Parts: sequence; structure tokens; C-alpha cells
Amino acid sequence: MSERLEELLRTAFPAAQEVAVVDRTGGGDHFHVTVVDGRFDGLTLLEQHRLVYSALDGPLKDGSIHELRITTRSEA
Amino acid sequence: MSELRDRIQQTIETEPVVAFVKGTHEQAFCGNSERAMGALRAVGASFTAVDVLPDPAIRQELSALSNWPTIPQVFVAGELVGGADIVQELAASGELEAKLTEKLGDSWRRPGAERTVEVTGGGGGLRLVPGA
Repeated sequence: MSERLEELLRTAFPAAQEVAVVDRTGGGDHFHVTVVDGRFDGLTLLEQHRLVYSALDGPLKDGSIHELRITTRSEA
Repeated sequence: MSELRDRIQQTIETEPVVAFVKGTHEQAFCGNSERAMGALRAVGASFTAVDVLPDPAIRQELSALSNWPTIPQVFVAGELVGGADIVQELAASGELEAKLTEKLGDSWRRPGAERTVEVTGGGGGLRLVPGA
């Protein structure tokens, strides 16, 4: 599952400096994702998180993500 | 627009600070809901919680209104601020207090003034959760 999320994020953020997915509980449904990408520069946190949600729309809708934490930054 | 969606919209518009959570202000049933309410408490903000658990339709209608897929969701003066991560980050940086003051003046500074309301059930309007 972590690999699927990372692939979706890499596809949505092809120029990202960093994409990380941590399975917080080991159960495969509580994740902490981190995306570092220059395109976040100038966007509000709300807009940044919306981009991440958009990338993960599939697993969010089908219920395979039970809990999601998001960290976004424009530079490392 | 459904009656439920109307009630949710009305709650967002009339409550100065509202947190849609899994659980109540007294007991959250989700780590992220607890983190969001904890961040509001950390800055001493009064808030109203709405429990989304009694009816899955609450969450569906809320997400349709806000275009935000997850719970919790925190609104200030009718505007979505974000989920647990954003509210926590803004609280830590001081931006949450700045936003609250910008939108609400000083009226939000009422530490411990918390309640939970329901948006479901027959009859119009909000009602307080018994015992809350």
C-alpha cells in the first residue's frame, strides 16, 4: 500500500525533491506522507494539502486510507 | 440542496469556530480529531464540535460542501482552515491566533468554552448533545 501511495505522489509531483510515505502503525491504512516540491511555493497550506488529496483521490475514496497525515514544504 | 446539507452550511456560517470531528469535544474517537481540537485548545480558542459519526451522510455532505475529503475539518467564520495537520501547524507558528483575531476580533479567546452540537435528527435547527 505504501508503494502505491508513493507511486501516485511521484506521478502527481514529478519534480518533487522528496516524496516519503510512512505506514504509521504497520497496518497498511494509517499513513504519513511528506512531499517537498517547489510548486508549493506561494500556495497556502490548504492549497498544498488539496494537491496531495487530489493525488491520493483513489485510495481516499475506496477507503484504503483510514487515516492520513500530510506534511508539505516548498523546499527541503 | 438537502436539509442536512443546509444544516451543515448553517452551522459553518453561524458558529465562529467549528470543528467537525469523530466524537465530541469531551471524547474524540480519532487521533486526528483529538489533534485538531488540541490545537484549538492550545491557543485558548472557544469552539463548537460537530460529531460526524452518528450518520455517514454528515461526512458526505460536509465534504461535498467543503471539497475536503477527510475528517476533522475546522472552520473559522465560515471559512475552511484545514484538517488536523494544518491547524496544528498554524497553531505552532502563531498564524492560527492571527487568523482567529483577523476574523473574529478577540471574541474567540475563551479557553474551555467548548460544546458539541448535532446536525442530524428531526425538527429544524441545532440541538445540544445531552450532557455535553
